[in-house]
This record gives sequence, C-alpha cells and structure tokens, in this order.
Amino acid sequence: MSLYVVQFLTGLANAASLFLAACGLSVIFGVTRIVNFAHGAFYMLGAYVAFSLTLRLEGVVGFWAGIFLAAIIVAAIGALLEMLLLRRIYQAPELFQLLATFGVTLMVQDIVHMIWGAQDLVGPRAPGLQGAVQVMGLPVPTYDILLIILGPLVLGALWLLMHRTRWGVLVRAATEDRDMVAALGVNQKWLFTGVFTLGIFLAAFGGALQIPRTAVNHLMDLSIIAEVFVVVVIGGLGSITGAFLAAVLIAELNAFGILVLPGISLVLMFLVMAVVLVLRPWGFLGKPVSTDAKTIGETTRPWHPWSPTMAVLVAASVLLAAALPAVLGPYGLSIGAQILIAVIFAMSLQFQMSTGGLDSFGHAAYFGLGAYGAAFAIQWFQLPMELALIVGPLAGLVGALVFGWFCVRLSGVYFAMLTLAFAQITWSIAFQWVEVTGGDNGILGVWPSEWASSPAAFYWLTLAAAVLTVLILRHLVFSPFGYRLRGVRDSSVRAESIGISRQRTQYVAFAISGTAAGLAGALFAFLKGSIFPDALAIPTSIDALVMVLLGGVATVSGSVVGAIVYTMATIWLMSETDLSRLVLGGFIVFLVVAFPQGIVGSLSSFTSGSLERWRGRREASRPVALSAEASR
Amino acid sequence: MTKTLFRTVCFAALLGAGLMASASAGRAADIKVGEINSYSALPAFTEPYRKGWQLAVEEVNANGGINGDKLVVISKDDGGKPGAAITAANELVSRDGVALITGGFLSNVGLAIADFAKQKRVVFVAGEPLTDAMIWSKGNDYTFRLRPSNYMQAAMLAEEAAKLPAKRWATVAPNYEYGQSAVAVFKELLKKARPDVEFVAEQWPPLGKIDGGAVAQALAAANPEAILNVEFGADLVQFVREGTTRGLFKDRSVVSFLTGEPEYLEPLKGEAPEGWIVTGYPWYSIDTPEHNAFKKAYEDKYGEHPYLGSVAGYIELKTVAEILRKAKSTEAEDLIAAAKGLKVDTPFGEITIRAIDHQSTFGSFVGKTAVKDGKGVMVDFTYKDGADYLPSDEEVKKLRPQG
Repeated sequence: MSLYVVQFLTGLANAASLFLAACGLSVIFGVTRIVNFAHGAFYMLGAYVAFSLTLRLEGVVGFWAGIFLAAIIVAAIGALLEMLLLRRIYQAPELFQLLATFGVTLMVQDIVHMIWGAQDLVGPRAPGLQGAVQVMGLPVPTYDILLIILGPLVLGALWLLMHRTRWGVLVRAATEDRDMVAALGVNQKWLFTGVFTLGIFLAAFGGALQIPRTAVNHLMDLSIIAEVFVVVVIGGLGSITGAFLAAVLIAELNAFGILVLPGISLVLMFLVMAVVLVLRPWGFLGKPVSTDAKTIGETTRPWHPWSPTMAVLVAASVLLAAALPAVLGPYGLSIGAQILIAVIFAMSLQFQMSTGGLDSFGHAAYFGLGAYGAAFAIQWFQLPMELALIVGPLAGLVGALVFGWFCVRLSGVYFAMLTLAFAQITWSIAFQWVEVTGGDNGILGVWPSEWASSPAAFYWLTLAAAVLTVLILRHLVFSPFGYRLRGVRDSSVRAESIGISRQRTQYVAFAISGTAAGLAGALFAFLKGSIFPDALAIPTSIDALVMVLLGGVATVSGSVVGAIVYTMATIWLMSETDLSRLVLGGFIVFLVVAFPQGIVGSLSSFTSGSLERWRGRREASRPVALSAEASR
Repeated sequence: MTKTLFRTVCFAALLGAGLMASASAGRAADIKVGEINSYSALPAFTEPYRKGWQLAVEEVNANGGINGDKLVVISKDDGGKPGAAITAANELVSRDGVALITGGFLSNVGLAIADFAKQKRVVFVAGEPLTDAMIWSKGNDYTFRLRPSNYMQAAMLAEEAAKLPAKRWATVAPNYEYGQSAVAVFKELLKKARPDVEFVAEQWPPLGKIDGGAVAQALAAANPEAILNVEFGADLVQFVREGTTRGLFKDRSVVSFLTGEPEYLEPLKGEAPEGWIVTGYPWYSIDTPEHNAFKKAYEDKYGEHPYLGSVAGYIELKTVAEILRKAKSTEAEDLIAAAKGLKVDTPFGEITIRAIDHQSTFGSFVGKTAVKDGKGVMVDFTYKDGADYLPSDEEVKKLRPQG
C-alpha cells in the first residue's frame, strides 16, 4: 500500500515538472497559433543559464534568485526573438513559423555547445531540500514535495492572471477570436509579444527547476519537445488546466505502468495521446477549433498545370539531370540519389499538405515503413530488389490505410499530432522489437541488385522514380480527384453540401501520400545498404516538413526545390563544418525572412504581374479585413 | 510558366553548385585515412576522442610517419545518424580515396559503416562501438574493433558480481539494444558462475528520458540485494540522485557498466555513488610508464586530463598506423592480413588484434567508486586484460559467420 502512495506522489512530482514545461507552449499556441518548436530550446537554455547562476549565487536565496533570474533572462531573449523574427512572418502560411523556430532550435544547440562546452553539467541541489521525508515509512524527496505544491500554484497564478487582469481578458479574447480583438482596437503586436514572453518564461522556469534533479545536457531540448506537445494536445490546445490534467494523467500512468510493464515508458505517452485523440478529438478541455485559419486556396492564385513550353523546359532539366553521370563521380552520384529520394519524400508530403490541407508531423512513419518493408523483403524472403521496391511502397500504403483511418477524422493541429503519435508508436516498435527489426542495430545488407549497384545505375533508378512520382502526383492535383481534394481543403462545408465526402477524399489522399513516402523509404534503404529506427524518428518527419515549407507550402511542387536545397545544405555543411547546425539554422532563418512564402512560393509571386503584386501588398497591409473575409 | 522556369533554373543552379563543391580534389602523396564520428551529436565523448587521435597522428608523423609517408586523417561528422555516416563513408572512399576508415561511437553507426565496408571492400577499424554483433553475428572480414565489447565488460563485471554474497538481483538499463544485450550477457554469465542467484526485478526506462524517482521506487519495492545498472549520462545522474535520496543504494551492492569512466563519473562530482563496482578509467592513479608518458603528452598538448575517449582515439590511430606500416600497401587484402594478429603498444600495455574474430584485447579497469575531495574516483582497481574475458575459440566460431 505504502508503495502505491509513494509512487503516486512521485507521479505527481513528475506531472508538475511536465506541466511547467508544457503550459507555456499552450499559452503561446492558444493566442498566436504558432507551433513553437523552439520551446524545448528555451527550456534547455533556462536550465543552462540557471546552472551558471546557481553556481555563483549561493545559499537558499541565491539558489532561488538564480532560478528566477534565469527564467527572466531567457524570457527577454524570447521577447527579442518574437520582435525581430516572428513578427515578420505572422502573415505567412500556417506552420511557417514552425520552420523559423526550428531554425532557431538548431542555432541554440550549437550556441549552447560553444558557451557551456560539451560535458554534461550537474548543478547544485536546492539548499535545504536535499533530503527526504518519510511518507508511510518510505522516503519521498523534499524537492518532489516542493514540485507537487509548485505545479498547482503556477496553475492558480496563471488562472488569476488570465481571469482577474485586463491583460488576461485580452489574451483569452484573442484565443477565442483574434480578429475581433484586433477589430476592437487592441494592439495585437504587443499582446503577441507579451504572450510569447510569458510562454518562454514558463519554459525556462521549467527547465531551471530541473537542475536539482538531473544533469543539464545538450539533448534536453529535443527530449522535452515531443512530450510537451503531447501534454498540450491531450489537454486541449490553449487550455492551461487541460495541460495540467494531461500531465497528471501521463505521469501517473507512467509511475504505475512501470510497476507492471517495465518497458512501457517508451510508448506510453503516445499511446495515451492516440487513444485520447480518437475518443476526444480536441483533447480534454479543448474546444473545436473554428477554422479561421486561412487555407491555401485563399492565399494563393489558382494553380495551373504546366503550359507546353513549361513541359519542354521541365523535360530539358530532367534530361540534364539524367546526363549528370557523365560528369559526376561515384560520390556525387550517391549524393544525387539521396537528393532525389528526398524529392520523392518531400513531394509525398506536399501532396498531402498543399493539395489535401493535411499537415502531418509524422510522415516519417510511411518513409520508415517503406524502408523496413523493403528490408524485410530482402532479409526474410530473399526477394530481389525489384520486388522489394514494390513491397516498400505497399508497406507505406498499408500503414497509411491503418493510421489514416483514425487520422482523417480529425483536422488541423490535432490531425498533425495524431500522425505524430502513430509515427512514434511505429518508431518504438522498430526500436524495441529486437528479434524482428534488430532494434537499434537495424537491418544490414540491403544492397541493390547487381544491375543497379553501380552509382550511376542507382542514380538513374532514383531519377526515374522521382520524375514519375512528381508527374503522377502533379497529374493527380489537376485530376477530378485533385479538384475534389482542394475543394474539401478550402471549404469542407461547401464540398460536403455538393456530395463530396471530406473523410473519404482525404483518406485516399493520405494513402497515396503514404505510398509515395514508402517508395522514398525503400530507395533510401537500398542507397544506404541498411536501415535503422532513426529513419522513423521525429527528425525525419521534421526534415520532410522543412523541405515542404522551404519550397513553399502554397505551391504544387515547390518542395522539389525545398528538398534539393535542404538536403544539399545539410550534407555539405555536415561534411565541411563542425558548426553545421548553427549555419543551417541561420540559413533557414534567413530563408524564412527573405522568402516568407517559401522559395518557390516567393519567387513565383515576385515574378507574377504587377497588379497581383499590388494586390498582395494591399492584402498584407490589411490582414484583419482579409481574415475576416476568409472566416466568413 | 515563370514559376516552372524559376524552378528549373533553381534546380540546375543548385544541383550544379553543390556537386561542383563536392567534386574538388583531395591532397596527393600522403597516406589518407578516413575518420567518422558523432561530433555534433555526442560532443561530450567525441571531443576528448578527437584530441586523443590528433595526438596519435602527431606522434606517428614525428616518428617517421608510415614508412616515410605522412599520415593524414580526414575527419567527418555523422550527426549520430547511420544514414549520414554512410554518406560520409562514401565521400571518404569514393572522393578522397582513403586507405581505410576508422571511428564510430554509437553501435548502430558502427554497424552501418561495417556493412558498408563489407560491400565496398574497404577496411574499417572501429574504435568505440560496443555491440557484440559487430564482430560476431554481423562480423565481416573487413571490420576490426578495438574497445572491449559489451560481452567483455559484462564478463568482467559478472566475475566480480559472482564474488558478492547477493542472491536477489535487480537490473536497470536503457531500453535499446545496448542496454538489452548488456543485461542479457551479464545475466547469462552470472547464472553460469552462480546458479543460486535470481533476478527479481527489471526496469527499462527510455534512453535519455528516465523517470528517476519512479524507477528507483519500483526497484526498491522488489527488495533486491544487489542491482545491475547500465544507465549512463544524464539518466545516470538522475538515477543516482533519486536513488540516493530514496535510500535505494543503502546496504545494497551495485554493479555498473561504464560508470567509472571520467566522462560519466566526473559530472557527478561529490554526489558520485560510493562502493559501486564499475568498469572505467582511473587516469589519476594509473602508474605505469606507458600510461604516464601518454598522460604527460596529452596534458602538455591540451592542458586537461585525458578521458577514456582520449585513450580510445589515441589507440585507434596508433593501431591504424601500425596496420599501415606493417602492410606496406593500401590494398584492403594486405591491410587485413597485416591487422590479423597485430600487436600494438598502448597506454594500457600491449594489445593484440585477434585473427579469429577481429576483436582487440584492449581491456578495462574494474574497481570501486569512492568520493575523494568532493570528486568521484575509482579505487581498488585492477586492469583486466581483454584476452581473458572472451569466449573460447570454438564458441567464437559458432557466434561468427564463417567462410
């Protein structure tokens, strides 16, 4: 009995840390609709700054002063970031801010390394709170007790701030209806800055509070970011109380789960999220999101198929690419193949995101299923490469059919998070089921057939696959199915009223997208000769997102350029510099500011007629009117 | 129209620029060796490691290089990803024309490069990856491994664990291949030596995300007499802190993988656990002429003490140089012939690269942790020669694909 009580208290303490890390994200998303990927980076910064301060400031007062000061310093950095970077891109398509904050995260990783060095750092324990108190004969750390009290305290303070101050009222009003608040004359700029600063303060505070528990290390940002997203989504976006309940649920399930099933921690969080989202599509306390977000169809000129001249130019560039083996060596060709695989992968996501309006955070699942499908075909059934290249996409298709069945019931960020949950569950199966998948040690010996084993032959194979995929997906965009899909994306109500089923249409698009991603994965396995669970992990999904956003989410196939630029930049920087993340992050931030519609999106609107440019400017200067119109 | 034109121009320009950049030629006349490691992903281990091999390269070249030729190392980052490691290996082999590849820290990266080496017929001298699959179940002719493997470390610890009176054991290990195989081998060897022991509880927290309090409490609830720990890094810190506060380690023996390495023990400072039986590297109290010479050279060059990674990097490039010297050629077949049975002098004494499975006899220190002047240290340690902790030749032949 006493064990269960103590385990319950431990769960509560963990829930408090989780809540402190997550509530800031909820506040930020609720008002600004920014998916702040840099939340983990600020959490880590908070811990590092607090480490340095608490080493210098001693005693009880010094320790707590250090923790608060760290959160304030990091919050100031966050405010600066909002004013200098995010303000410039609020008008960009949804999720574009994710790209900017991803760039910032990369930069922070290298900056932290430069300032604090490589080793893990262990900060001081909280003075006076090092010991434990006996609860029913078992020790419970006093610091845990403090956290258990602190969690509800912060929740209460936030509630008071939101419900008893004018600022809080405005924030809640903005969460409900941004445009109306703006129409009433509230300065949105400062409201957004204030909310972002508060959110970052909470993130840094949560990070700083971890000092007495664990080592401050370089992986803190990525290890927390997925968890805080899960907590926020289960709780309901924008709901602080919901985040608290979600944190308690997850932490308690984990504390008791490991007593029964010690390996459960790895998947538990994502299992819970999948179940909650399937049962309650908007989380515990979230409200159905009114789709006031601008859809792609409203912010861009209508898409057109290639004109005959264009088709000739595209064909010429494909021929040029096909001639590359004449000038490139084996290494250049293997890079070329890798870029072409990235093109397929990015196009598969773009079809789903741009044409289908389905933002996926878990596209790695289908890439990885394709890769593992091909690898299984080779390893278990000794199939030749040609058949394995069919098995791979089929595996992606099956995965997409199973997961998509659940996912298309949702929309918006909830859809994205459910795809993430399924991707993480798939990843943990590959990671943990060592007998079948080889676990972390992966599957080796997945090399191409004899005829395709030369770098040039494999390059041509991937080129053919990439060209076919891009052409087929483009064809689909302009087919009757594509028009249905775009209709559903732009107004599901109107589409349904003329007899188009939203779910069925999106389900088919999801399956097509998964199949194409599976093809990319299968080719990737043969390019590398082996496959490991990291192909299924979150960074792979992020890579795909970045490529689409970089190319331009409001284009038909801008991700082709996004994939080429991003893949080349990562490979080249990894090879040439130790500060690849700093440079790459800076490069992404630069592109975000320079091309707020993505590379292709911005270039094409730049070169479009002056009338449209003038219209575009007018629209940008009157965002409120436009949004009001759009949400009508 | 214009959209696609731009897309085409961009495509061509970017592809061209990138590929031109990647086509610039390497240096000539030197003996080039390719080195790959997770520099950006795991700087805590790879920075001392890089310093170690750079010192070795300097010494090799100061002593006549490779039979008169200069040894040049081209180093690449893999970002902790097997896929990126293959790209880097491809670049080193196809573009830079290196004689062999070396490096690796993570087991999966090591296995990916090993399979690449087999496919492209290039020699790969793995430094740090610990997985047994590397030389046994997935072993190949082109791959050699230096550091004591998972099996060897487990055997060293199981030997010490068998001497303890404890019969009821609990285990805690990160939930991935390394943790799983470490626990499995340890269990098997301890059971062989002590049929009377039983394993009463196991915990498998995810790597980097241990829930220290809950795990410690769950272990304590099983009331074991001894605990096997495979946690490391930030997870270890959290486990030690929570376990100490909750009295988990009081009156219990703990046997722990790698905890004695300065990489893991040093960050704990005064909070280092006491009396744990660990494998590690007590650089502060090893007093042999070989090690003193290495330590002095390292400290003179970098102004800091060596880590285990430093030794691994140093031995790695020393071994590579010896292979190249003995082979007098850069052909893979000659390098393999030279490496088999090669003896190399190291700061830990002479090591042999076994012909039977390409594993070196590089050993490890086993001792107890203690706290001295507010720092975690290893005391009462002995050096265990790797050769004594490998299975018999018949067993190895069964473990490793033959032919």
